[in-house]
Amino acid sequence: MAVCIAVIAKENYPLYIRSVPTQGELKFHYTVHTSLDVVEEKISGVGKALADQRELYLGLLYPTEDYKVYGYVTNSKVKFVIVVDSSNASLRDNEIRSMFRKLHNSFTDVMCNPFYNPGDPIQSKAFDSIVSAMMVQAC
Amino acid sequence: MESLTLSDVEQKYYSELFLSCDVDNTKKVASNGKVLDLFRAAQLSNEVVLQITELCGATRLGHFGRSQFYIALKLIALAQSGMPLRVETLNSVRDLPLPRFVMGKNEQEPRHAVMFADAENQGHYFPRPPLRVQAKKVSAHEMIQPCVPTADPQPDTTSPVVSPHQSPPTSPHAWRKHKRQASGGNVDRQPSVPGVVWPSFREAQPGPVTGDGMWSAHSPPPVQETWVSFTDTPPSSTLPMHPPSAQPESTTVRTGMSAMITNEIQRQTSGYDDPWKITDEQRQYYINQFKTIQPDLTGLIPGSAAKEFFTKSKLPILELSHIWELSDFDKDGALTLDEFCAAFHLVVARKNGYDLPEKLPESLMPKLIDLDDSAGVPEPATEVSFSASPVEVTPNKSPSMPSLNQNWPELNQNNEQWETFSERSSSSQTLTQFDSNIAPADPDTAIVHPVPIRMTPSKIHMQEMELKRTGSDHTHPTSPLMANPPELSDETKLAASIKFPGTSVGDGYSSSDSFTSDQEPISSAVNRQRSHSGTSPEGLKVVAPPPPPPRPHASHSRSSSLDMNRNFAAVPAAGSQQPGVVAFPPAVPPRPLPTQTSVPHGHRSVEGDGLPAHTSTSPHQMPEQPNFADFSQFQAFAVDQPEDDEENPSDSGQAERCPEAAGTMRTTKNDVQAEERNATTVNSAKVSTPLAPPPKPVRRRLKSEDELRPDVEDLPQKSNVIATVLATQPSIPRSIGKDKKAIQASIRRNKETNTVLARLNSELQQQLKDLLEERISLEVQLEQLRPFSHL
Repeated sequence: MAVCIAVIAKENYPLYIRSVPTQGELKFHYTVHTSLDVVEEKISGVGKALADQRELYLGLLYPTEDYKVYGYVTNSKVKFVIVVDSSNASLRDNEIRSMFRKLHNSFTDVMCNPFYNPGDPIQSKAFDSIVSAMMVQAC
Repeated sequence: MESLTLSDVEQKYYSELFLSCDVDNTKKVASNGKVLDLFRAAQLSNEVVLQITELCGATRLGHFGRSQFYIALKLIALAQSGMPLRVETLNSVRDLPLPRFVMGKNEQEPRHAVMFADAENQGHYFPRPPLRVQAKKVSAHEMIQPCVPTADPQPDTTSPVVSPHQSPPTSPHAWRKHKRQASGGNVDRQPSVPGVVWPSFREAQPGPVTGDGMWSAHSPPPVQETWVSFTDTPPSSTLPMHPPSAQPESTTVRTGMSAMITNEIQRQTSGYDDPWKITDEQRQYYINQFKTIQPDLTGLIPGSAAKEFFTKSKLPILELSHIWELSDFDKDGALTLDEFCAAFHLVVARKNGYDLPEKLPESLMPKLIDLDDSAGVPEPATEVSFSASPVEVTPNKSPSMPSLNQNWPELNQNNEQWETFSERSSSSQTLTQFDSNIAPADPDTAIVHPVPIRMTPSKIHMQEMELKRTGSDHTHPTSPLMANPPELSDETKLAASIKFPGTSVGDGYSSSDSFTSDQEPISSAVNRQRSHSGTSPEGLKVVAPPPPPPRPHASHSRSSSLDMNRNFAAVPAAGSQQPGVVAFPPAVPPRPLPTQTSVPHGHRSVEGDGLPAHTSTSPHQMPEQPNFADFSQFQAFAVDQPEDDEENPSDSGQAERCPEAAGTMRTTKNDVQAEERNATTVNSAKVSTPLAPPPKPVRRRLKSEDELRPDVEDLPQKSNVIATVLATQPSIPRSIGKDKKAIQASIRRNKETNTVLARLNSELQQQLKDLLEERISLEVQLEQLRPFSHL
């Protein structure tokens, strides 16, 4: 399902980015980077409504002819971006939500690790495995 | 220095030895103490050792560099082979055997010493080894500060004898330190070397690992034996653990221990099976360490404190992070005692060169806490760490583990789910029980429905009904009854339970019977029908939708209704409590059964009812309706009925039903129904009323079965009630005036039945809503729990 999964920190630098087709990584990196604008736009659009009003799941950020980009932002402004192949038409919104939920849970686990300094690249194997599972599905 | 050419074997061996002596982990200098120990272990005289050190240039340099060390080793080999110590000979000798060091270079050497001390087999030798070891341990005490203790071994010999019993707790540290050195050596070793060394190293390690635990308490010699066995193996394969600190002790011990070698080796090997097992000693040590951070053994160590603690182990942060991921089972950012022990054990193992497992080994899993979140996430086989061979150890455990660990979170979560599941299932059981109450009703209804009811009243039927009434023989030979054997069976059950209103034979009916506040002497059928009809407002809301009375054929129903209408018309609102009137208004499906059931009521009630409809249905209804008791009344009344048949055939029918209903004490619903019917029938023209009841039964079907059955039953009941009412009336209503009264009474009763039925309906609806809400909440619960299983 997912061809690229990225975790972007609050300051908009990537904490973790992983793509399935390792050759086209640059393209996905660029896609994720551009999607940040959309994310910012969405989360800033809330305005008065604070985080509790804001939905964590941002939904489809923007589609291209090749793929679709979904966004999710946590309450600490950590953003998850999932890029899925457009050919995967059967991917339902619920599935994307569940993927984000898993990501969020894994990310929380990583954060709970006292040896992890927030802002460091995520090197947790557990997190890797979760992400791999989600991307292997895509295969 | 002279160039030193070493064969590959020699190179490996020497590098191992050097690393084992490289207490400071500098990879450049072998600590003097270690080196000296090693040299002494070579069983060379001190002068030779001194000579060697001098020759290799260590004395010049003041320390043992790698080259010096290698030269020294070669010289030792020379010396051991009896050759004169000449530097020139270093390179000339080709087939120089590798220097042999007694007591092996296992890092267990110090432990040996300790063990010796513990074993107390050797006397004078003990002080040294324990001291040495102790020193190391003391150093280890400092929160995994491996490098520090290196200095200690030197003054060991002179330090006071430290009780070896103090060592066990520190053994992990010392051992870890040793392991560290060994691990450092491992890293430095060529890949081939690890392959060669690891197996033995691994063996040694688990040995020490477990041996450490065995330290004070158990026989050191055994471990030593294994070590000794290791030394017996080709030197290259022996891990150059720490130089035998107590060479003399080792020798003595060795001699003493030979007998125990095999046993211990076996024991050690058994210990190898679970390298992750925490021995008691280790656990005790871990617990002590836990206490230093968190005095409360049941409390948690916060992540920051744990971070500081484990950072002292000098492991890379990445590895510590991984260890944390593995050990923090519940992912709460804090370590319980079990988690702490697991983490500590992993640190110890890692420092000894064990690669970290991808999943938490089973033996390290916290048992005291609920296993919910996964501590070990299934990781790709391509683990980032470290040398490949050590992974063999972990896969050794992890192959079973990974699946286990993988399943753990799910299992744990599933456990939780299961736990909650069980709770829910218990509740669902109640629900199911609930449902089961209803279920029986359904089968009954299902059974009841198809029962063809003979509509033609006949004496035979009446007799049968009487028989049924008596409850003796429920297997009526009558055709309609035959058609409902299950019904009869139910009836039998019901009959059996008639007398015990409170008993619920697991049959919804019977239970419903118990609920229904019916008169005791009511036939099972009546009871059942009562229950069906009534689901008395009292309690059986959900239980046992009353079985729909047997469906008479359309014609029969029609006729029965006609009869009933006539009866009702004849018997003006005589039926008192004739519930189910409400049933009339709703469209009743043209099921013959309901009307049939209703008809039989009347039929039953009427002895020799002239109304074919009644009679046809009555026999069938007989078994269903526990109206047996009413028959007397009916009959009595019916006796009157025939008199009025002409005038009030419907009334008679009503009368039949009324007393029956009255006798049966149908639920008010029935009464209402009957009243309704009566009212409707009465209201309408006596002759024209026939049309009314049919629609009512039709309507009845649209309503819930509960109401249907009660309605159907109510009809006859109502008729009975009406009949009873009529009977109660001083004068048998024959005149129209009476009819009016009866009509009014029936109207009244119908209204009452209406209200009762309406109330019952609302209650049932409320129950249904509650159940649906319950179900939704359970589903939500399930949904909430289900995602966890996916993670």
